[in-house]
Amino acid sequence: MTEKPALSSPHIHTGSSVSAIMLRVCLALLPGLLCYIWFFGWGVLLQCIIAVLFALLIEAIMLKFRGRAIRIFITDGSVIVTALLFALSITPLTSWWISLLGIAFAVIFAKHLFGGLGHNLFNPAMAGYVFVFLCFPAAMTVWPAAPGTTAAQPDITTYIQCIFAACPAAMDGVTGATPLAHMQSQLTAMNMISEIRESPIYSGIGGKGWEWINLAFLLGGTGLVFLRIIHWQIPVAMLAGLFLTAGLFNIHDGELYASPLFYLFSGGTMLAAFFIATDPVTASGTPRGRIIYAGLIGVLVYLIRTFGAFPDGIAFAVLIANAFVPAIDHFTRPRVLGENQV
Amino acid sequence: MNRELHDFPGGLHLQTWKHLTDRIVSIQHPLPERIILPLQQHIGIPSRPLVGIGERVLKGQTIARADGYVSIPLHASTSGTVINIGDYPVAHPVERKAPCIVIEPDGRDEWFDMRPIREYASVDPLELQAVIRECGITGLGGAGFPTHVKINEGVDNAVEMLIINGVECEPWITCDDRLIQEKAGYIVAGTRMIRRAVKARQCVIAVEDDMPAAYRELEKHIDDDIELVSVPTRYPAGGEKQLIKVITGKEVPSGGLPIHAGIVMQNVATAAAVYRAVTRGEPVVSRYVTVTGNVQTPRNLQVLLGTPAIDCLKACGFEPESQQRIILGGPMMGMHIQSQDIPVVKTTNCLLVEDDKPRPPAMPCIRCGACADICPVKLQPQELYRHAKTDDLTGSQHYHLFDCIECGCCATVCPSHIPLVRYYRYAKSRIAEEERRRSGADRSRTRFLARQERIQRQSGYGPAAPESAPAEQPQARDEKKAFIREAVERSRARRRRRNDESAGDKDND
Repeated sequence: MTEKPALSSPHIHTGSSVSAIMLRVCLALLPGLLCYIWFFGWGVLLQCIIAVLFALLIEAIMLKFRGRAIRIFITDGSVIVTALLFALSITPLTSWWISLLGIAFAVIFAKHLFGGLGHNLFNPAMAGYVFVFLCFPAAMTVWPAAPGTTAAQPDITTYIQCIFAACPAAMDGVTGATPLAHMQSQLTAMNMISEIRESPIYSGIGGKGWEWINLAFLLGGTGLVFLRIIHWQIPVAMLAGLFLTAGLFNIHDGELYASPLFYLFSGGTMLAAFFIATDPVTASGTPRGRIIYAGLIGVLVYLIRTFGAFPDGIAFAVLIANAFVPAIDHFTRPRVLGENQV
Repeated sequence: MNRELHDFPGGLHLQTWKHLTDRIVSIQHPLPERIILPLQQHIGIPSRPLVGIGERVLKGQTIARADGYVSIPLHASTSGTVINIGDYPVAHPVERKAPCIVIEPDGRDEWFDMRPIREYASVDPLELQAVIRECGITGLGGAGFPTHVKINEGVDNAVEMLIINGVECEPWITCDDRLIQEKAGYIVAGTRMIRRAVKARQCVIAVEDDMPAAYRELEKHIDDDIELVSVPTRYPAGGEKQLIKVITGKEVPSGGLPIHAGIVMQNVATAAAVYRAVTRGEPVVSRYVTVTGNVQTPRNLQVLLGTPAIDCLKACGFEPESQQRIILGGPMMGMHIQSQDIPVVKTTNCLLVEDDKPRPPAMPCIRCGACADICPVKLQPQELYRHAKTDDLTGSQHYHLFDCIECGCCATVCPSHIPLVRYYRYAKSRIAEEERRRSGADRSRTRFLARQERIQRQSGYGPAAPESAPAEQPQARDEKKAFIREAVERSRARRRRRNDESAGDKDND
């Protein structure tokens, strides 16, 4: 009888796979993505397509260099999620080559040089975003105006021009500050919250458009919690960390510190809480650890948005918290059944 | 049932497939052409042969004796002639072959002279223990731990509760279910005998809530001295520590034994074997085996120990094909066997024939945490894997590798299809190897120092003999020993107290 190596138990499997998880994450991004396109136009979709194509290309090259099975690893879908998160973080007006640089940094440096899928310490999408943000701060802070705030919005030809060539000279009419950037700069200029919020870019709770985008990401993310693809502790702790810190300052002085709800529904808050901070590879892996890790992100996001040099700060907060994960995991190991029992 | 049940962490709801066999009456498997009896069918030291090649043996005759405390005798499972003593393929995770006694049956199935105990209730617990040992009874549930050792722990310590485990949580397997349905009286009587041997205050028989027929059968035989409990079906509810948690809410100390929580647990088949041993003097010579999966007539067989697996499979209409694999045991913890000639032993509960579907390649761990969410011991399997993979033995122990029960839940849900259990087994064997090496080094150092001392004494000069023994035990092991000693002391004190109380109130006893 031919001796094949014995298979180890168990001999059954639930059939889950990495690619199925990544596919569900992509589907859960859809409501937010559609909402984003609705408010900011086709540029958002263009950015996603560009990022995914570049990411697949660079991933294939890296796998080839590292001698890995290209077909198995490229179909795991992880690089697609990285590309989408990157594309949803940058401004829709970003030039293609900046996008390429960001994706290249994310895939090559943040992912493969750390050992590839599962081995990276830092969230690749956020590492790529921070890289291009620090290299091209001017280009990365030009945002299209939200609907209802100016007369015009960039149409598809403007987007194509901006992305593949250079932006036309007369861009001022179609761009504008994001609510977070506006809030930060106005506060620095010693204005009161009540005055600042008279600007047309604000609405009920967040900024025009942004609050709906955040709600849509919240909706898709909640689905992931129910599918048990992400752990509830991370979004809950991150949002709680942000809300409570913002709330404390807001109670202290409501004219100097914006309301906690404004921060929850502005910028990339919900995208970060449900899709970025929850990246399993770079997040803490213990129940208590997840609360500490995500709570830290929430607090850091508020501190950067309020006292820092950057209007959003999600990427920096996530990367800083990523660095603490190995220590958090070590010290929050759950009590094993029967441990410390006498 | 009026006991409040508790919950154990993690676990999985698996498709059970028990309907294939749980309503079909078991049949006696005919005498095979050859009986192959491994000398080690239990955890501990292998038995030592007492017979020679060519010798005629009778059914139930002791053919190998126990060699040490954690060892048990072996009995011929039918009458016939010993035709060989040598290495044969057995179901063992590491060694493919092991020493076995081979018997050619003479077809008469003639019993050896047996001496039953008629009135077990008047017999000293120590004598019951000796009978249980003489009859070669080991845990018939899975691990095969010699029963007398467990009972002896119970004799020495105060036993709060005896649990008879009929929770057959692995999918496909119904041998305990069928045994209960067919021999409930034996089980209940055996339970009472074990209870007497360990002097347990309470006694529980547990089955799963998807075994209603077995529950009804047991109900007919129990009285209010035994509590019958039906636990929710969830893998691995039948694991020793999990079942204790479900029934009592207590956690067995990490690294400890159930007795440290005042509990003795035995399998239902063990209880039935004790009944046979005590009332008839009959040793363990056969057992129920579920043959299921891709066979024409899946069912339970009553198989003589030592019957080759292929005989049992053929009896259920097994047709060998190239694309199939045979699992000894259940799909979660069973062993993939390479040879179909391996014999049925005391711990063989199931033969499962499955399609040999190729497994998807293992991907890197993405730390999704699905394994940690369902781990019934609340381990961090992703960390155990990481440390095992990098041979970090200290790290593995920090994450409580030795509390892993190898139930396989983690690997079942792993989206990266990593054979996690294999990594844990590997790390465990590496650590055991390391400890053996270290204790070997300790021994030779002790020997060397003793020799130095002897030489010095004889020559009459040199420094005086060292005052204390130089052997350094690893601190951790000492702590564990002290911990176990304390637990034993405590339960002894409990027992003394209880004895004192009952001495004051004789009518109650």
